[in-house]
Amino acid sequence: MSELSVNHLLGIKYITEADIQLIFETADHFKEVINRPIKKVPSLRDITIANLFFENSTRTKLSFELAEKRLSADVINFASSSSSVTKGETLIDTVNNILSMKVDMVVMRHPNPGAGVFLSKHVNASIINAGDGAHEHPTQALLDTYSIREKLGDVAGKNVVIVGDILHSRVALSNIFALQKLGATVKVCGPKTLIPKYIEKLNVGIETNLRKALEWCDVANMLRVQNERMDISYFPTTREYTQQFGLNKKILDSLNKEIVVMHPGPINRGVEITSDVADSKQSIILEQVQNGVAIRMAVIYLLASKIKHHED
Amino acid sequence: MLLNATEINIALNRLACQLIEKHDDFSKTVLIGIQPRGVFLAERLKTLLETEYKIKNIKLGYLDITFYRDDFRRGEKPLEANKTKINFIVEDKNVVFIDDVLFTGRSIRSALTAVQSFGRPLEIELLTLIDRRFSRHLPIQPDYRGRQVDAINGEKVKVCWKENDGEDAVYLVKN
Repeated sequence: MSELSVNHLLGIKYITEADIQLIFETADHFKEVINRPIKKVPSLRDITIANLFFENSTRTKLSFELAEKRLSADVINFASSSSSVTKGETLIDTVNNILSMKVDMVVMRHPNPGAGVFLSKHVNASIINAGDGAHEHPTQALLDTYSIREKLGDVAGKNVVIVGDILHSRVALSNIFALQKLGATVKVCGPKTLIPKYIEKLNVGIETNLRKALEWCDVANMLRVQNERMDISYFPTTREYTQQFGLNKKILDSLNKEIVVMHPGPINRGVEITSDVADSKQSIILEQVQNGVAIRMAVIYLLASKIKHHED
Repeated sequence: MLLNATEINIALNRLACQLIEKHDDFSKTVLIGIQPRGVFLAERLKTLLETEYKIKNIKLGYLDITFYRDDFRRGEKPLEANKTKINFIVEDKNVVFIDDVLFTGRSIRSALTAVQSFGRPLEIELLTLIDRRFSRHLPIQPDYRGRQVDAINGEKVKVCWKENDGEDAVYLVKN
């Protein structure tokens, strides 16, 4: 069997299409496992994983922790708010201290873009990026594309529009890379202020009219308006954003086809998406969450199989 | 060659009869083929029991043991997973594991752990076409065996099936 071409999952940019397909095939097996009466396999019982969250997270952290436990790995958790980071310790020192306690793998979320890449060059452990600032969030993109594959059979040839705050979104960037590697066409849609200047260099189309974007696409991925990252005002009011870029039942029903609606969560109900759309049949939001565990199990399993066993 | 197509066919018929002796109409019994190579034998036995011996409603599942193996990260090659397909609960059933070759016994040990995810069986038995003597690492023996073989460690027993390899035959391969 083939194995991953990388020893860390730092971003979708650094992996190949074959890697993504291998992760998907492995996730298929784990999806079967997590739907059994006993949802656990003993594969990773000699692996210890540290979850280092230097930034808040509920869903991703729970999903990773569940994936690790379903694989029988030992798990330690760390949140920066309650740690020595507040006392001035550097990232490398923090991580090396944790690794000296014999940890094999690190899952890290960090507010600084490139934190994972930096760490992978300086410490001796397998690193999984669980989101680094506005850079990448690879496992989210993998579970999103996996969910599209599950719903529509294939990702290749599909038109996908990512709607909302592209500028601050690591989900958007990772999704663009993953979708393009798998052969989908990607457009972004949102207020001009929230679309990065250089996005066209990535071969991504820009659409500022939501209706046109929806008429074009097979899948709409609605991103959250990230108020906490907006240091200045990017649009006049939330109400105006909702009127122009919010997805509601009326606009969805007026299309001459059924599109798939996705959202990476957490949802601002009534802002980027209305409740009736989020809870409708066209939405695969909860499938995304379930697939998240299977995808993360696959990534952890495949990376762990590259850690050499030492008999000491 | 250890067994040709005729000899395999005779062994399969005998194994089928032995299963019937013990399990009667199979109402409390489930067959489980161990992935990847045990499923061919399991499918053959199921077909034989249904067509030749008119036994209906035989439950057959496939069990993949990849994630339960004890040599994860110890081998040269990464382990490849196969599909597990068990659409029934094994609780209080008589389970028969079916695999082509019994060698060290480690696969069966993994299968014993893996099957627990599907309930608590009443009893577990093991059927294997080829039993390699004197090679066990664990105290595991088959309840039904097609042929017992003495093979030294450098040798490999390869079971071929018509549907997968083009012919029915068992070979002793020297490495």
